[in-house]
Amino acid sequence: MDYADSDLATAGPRATDMLLPHGARGVKIVIVGGFGVGKTTMVGAVSEIPPLTTEETMTQAGVGIDHNPGASGKNTTTVAMDFGRISINQELILYLFGTPGQERFWFLWNGIFEGALGAIVLVDTRRIEVCFEVITRLEDRRVPFVVAVNTFPEAPQYPVDELRTALALSESVPMVTCDARDRASCRDALLSLMVYLCTLAAQETV
Amino acid sequence: MTSEHSSPWDEGTPVPLYVITGGTGSSAKTFDLVTLIATRSAPDPSMQPEQAAILTMCHYPLSVAEVSAYLSLPFSVVTVLLSQLVDDGHVEAIAPVPVAAFPDRDLLEAVIHGLRRL
Repeated sequence: MDYADSDLATAGPRATDMLLPHGARGVKIVIVGGFGVGKTTMVGAVSEIPPLTTEETMTQAGVGIDHNPGASGKNTTTVAMDFGRISINQELILYLFGTPGQERFWFLWNGIFEGALGAIVLVDTRRIEVCFEVITRLEDRRVPFVVAVNTFPEAPQYPVDELRTALALSESVPMVTCDARDRASCRDALLSLMVYLCTLAAQETV
Repeated sequence: MTSEHSSPWDEGTPVPLYVITGGTGSSAKTFDLVTLIATRSAPDPSMQPEQAAILTMCHYPLSVAEVSAYLSLPFSVVTVLLSQLVDDGHVEAIAPVPVAAFPDRDLLEAVIHGLRRL
């Protein structure tokens, strides 16, 4: 974020990014994955506004982990989260948050997963190991999620079944491939999450 | 207030965050990232500039996340500012759609319908 641009008198959305309907309510989906996996790209591909960044500072809780003796006196770490927005209809505004994979960052935004519809775990096949902990944590928190494999052109291609085995992922959890740069592809990943949520809701009412 | 190129929460900044929040260290209300904020009164001259800026930008509703992004302030600082504005009746905080363990079918279908139009 460039503070020079944030003159308080003029801070706010561009006219085209204003949210018109009064009486609308928000709902959120979280895109979670490791650094550089394409979370922000995915948010940008489907968002109706250019991705924005909200930041939070981590102090006490992270000090033990992040303390860097070289940076004397610096005991805070800034964690950024990019997000975007899709107006679903006059009453409903969907927000998409690209969230770091490390659980220790999740508490910073007042329970990012609380009240979320669900999550998309974005996977880079070159660094599949970062997803193990993410998947375990989401299961522990009972956050419904689908796994989307970002198809980087330079990354090795594996059959979905092989990746499912590598991730020790239950058969019931949908797994899709997507191109995080492509709007239609990201929309389809979001739709696969929504359809999965419908399936879960239907199972619950049986 | 601060030098042009440093964010107000950087280490060593001349304006500590407790000045921006008026010394209130904790937010009484719980704001979600997607709680929508809508202005209910005009800014008054005695307000802190950050609070006046919120009233100006939330003429049309914005989420707390957007307010945080546009003000370049951490989410937790924005929630403290918003708490005071809600208490004083300057803004309305519109809670997110409640999502149960298994969300409402109508909600899911509305989102699916909206996504298909993308």
